[in-house]
Amino acid sequence: MKQVFKRPESLSKTPFHYCPGCDHGVVHRLVGEAIDELELKNRAIGVAPVGCSVFAYDYFDFDFNQAPHGRAPAVATGIKRTRPDAIVFTYQGDGDLAAIGTAEIIHAANRGENITVIFINNAIYGMTGGQMAPTTLIGMKTATSPYGRDASTAGNPIRMSEIIATLESPAYVTRVAVNNPANLMKAKKAIYNAFKLQKEGKGFSFVEVVSICPTNWGKKPADSHKWLAENMLPVFPPGTFKDVHGVEKA
Amino acid sequence: MAKVLMKGNEAIGEAAVLAGCRYYFGYPITPQSELPAYLSKRLPQVDGVFVQAESEVAAINMVYGAGSAGARVMTSSSSPGISLKQEGISYIAGAEVPCLIVNVVRGGPGLGNIAPAQSDYWQATRGGGHGDYRTLVLAPNSVQEMADMTIEGFELADRFRNPVLLLSDGVLGQMMEPVNLPEPRDYDVNSKKWALGYPGKDKAERNLCSSIFLDVEELEEHNWHLYQKYQVMTDLFSEGQYKDFAVEEHLCDDAEIILVGYGIISRILKTVVEKCRKRGIKAGLLRPKVLWPFPTKAIQRLADKAANFLCVEMSCGQMVEDVKLAVNGKKPVYFFGRTGGTIPSDFEILNEVDKIVRPD
Amino acid sequence: MSKWVINENLCKGCGICIARCPLKILGFADHLTPKGIHPATILNEEKCTSCAICARSCPDVAIEIFKEEK
Repeated sequence: MKQVFKRPESLSKTPFHYCPGCDHGVVHRLVGEAIDELELKNRAIGVAPVGCSVFAYDYFDFDFNQAPHGRAPAVATGIKRTRPDAIVFTYQGDGDLAAIGTAEIIHAANRGENITVIFINNAIYGMTGGQMAPTTLIGMKTATSPYGRDASTAGNPIRMSEIIATLESPAYVTRVAVNNPANLMKAKKAIYNAFKLQKEGKGFSFVEVVSICPTNWGKKPADSHKWLAENMLPVFPPGTFKDVHGVEKA
Repeated sequence: MAKVLMKGNEAIGEAAVLAGCRYYFGYPITPQSELPAYLSKRLPQVDGVFVQAESEVAAINMVYGAGSAGARVMTSSSSPGISLKQEGISYIAGAEVPCLIVNVVRGGPGLGNIAPAQSDYWQATRGGGHGDYRTLVLAPNSVQEMADMTIEGFELADRFRNPVLLLSDGVLGQMMEPVNLPEPRDYDVNSKKWALGYPGKDKAERNLCSSIFLDVEELEEHNWHLYQKYQVMTDLFSEGQYKDFAVEEHLCDDAEIILVGYGIISRILKTVVEKCRKRGIKAGLLRPKVLWPFPTKAIQRLADKAANFLCVEMSCGQMVEDVKLAVNGKKPVYFFGRTGGTIPSDFEILNEVDKIVRPD
Repeated sequence: MSKWVINENLCKGCGICIARCPLKILGFADHLTPKGIHPATILNEEKCTSCAICARSCPDVAIEIFKEEK
């Protein structure tokens, strides 16, 4: 018997603390697989955010910094500038990246920092108990939008990939999902591409993963993936917004 | 090296380079602008990194990242910008990352003005950000000391794995004086075994730089560990290796009144002491050169001898609280301050001394 | 040796693997794990093609897949 699927070396043995069905685990694994396949484990340094993935450092088997809320791209900038040979990535949620850390992500992208950003967009704050996020859909009920998000008072869902793709400096900006096996394979390729670009010193790479939050959405995991396809993906359409070096065609 | 005429802010920049600092992250604000301008020119000449960040918040977090990766790293700002940095400083202190932070203090609160002030004493010495932590606070009073304390600041930060704050002001930052610059020191980014990306074979399984301890007992243990470190620092600065570095005493032995002041004020106070002596008033000067750990013991010793203390600050009275705590009711502690960017004159201070020692 | 191996200590019983199995040969086990959940299990291993969709979909990386070598 030949093993055809196993836990990547870059993941530690620590069980994830995430809720049942949470996409964080899948994306962690895809990051681990990309780093393994590109043979970058001994050069990798991660930056954990504030939010559900605050303990991401426990789940990867390499050096990590735990950054203040939203500041991961600034922290990653400091690390990468100090150690240009390290493979530095941030792993951030929508509250961290698209609300409190908007300035940090935009400017790290605009400087073209040679780092990789994995952005988990599940349209809600998870760790703090299901509050409205900048990416919450119109009409979506959360702990702090109990009547549904109202565009007239809370604005509209913010599309970070599209915003970042307007900048000249980033090398690669793409949006994926892991809601079914086909999308999952595309997400795997996108994350691989992002780290490959960094390995080759080609600049800022950004992968948005549209994800579920079964607990705070109040849905079963399988139902959440269906809801994501029907409601999230029309607002956050998967696709590649920028690929300066043609990594997807290579 | 021959003496060179330099602005205080530039002296900090050159001293940082000589100390082996190759990483600067900052955001423009008056009156510290000469420092980033100097380093933006100087650092590329030594293969260093200068990044003008999008905000003070981002700058201090770049410092956090670079420091956690083993860099000798600094940032600088002035009062409102230092307020913005407090979040990062708290994380840096919690994660025990060494770095140098320069505050060229200006008038506050709020936007205040750009004139020199000492109204950030509480913020500097009480922590400033959230949580049980301390930063080491150095207070130069000359351009020479701006340079010397920058170099010593990096050494102290590395020794204690703690952020070091250099508390300057608009006068010291802007004025020019001759400076004796030391020989350059080598610094190896791979000299810290705990740093992220440390390549040595003696590295732990993996290195983690974090200030989160979700378990109550773990955080308590961590906070007591920090406290013990701060106690060691306090001992070294009050009685140990750094005793003389921490405080300057001038004509205190026979003094009936001790003038207490730091930074630029201490130079005015020196003039006041000389004028007092000429008029037959036995005045002395005690200048804290390190504001935290505060030279409590030095003041306690003088409280047994002198009759009065007069604390002078460019604020409504902040350090005077530490002086009172040190004197502990043994002798009267008076205060004289000017605020909002006003620098008190020697005549004004002399007048205050007169009121205390010659009330009739 | 089994083609389908689950670490029941990692399984949280989310059911994603069961929903995504193209042959519908996964289900919940009758027993409870120490965490108090019914873990996923393989109901008809003979039919399993080792496609690994279940393993790739598992948020807890609880499943390992082996394939018969020919």
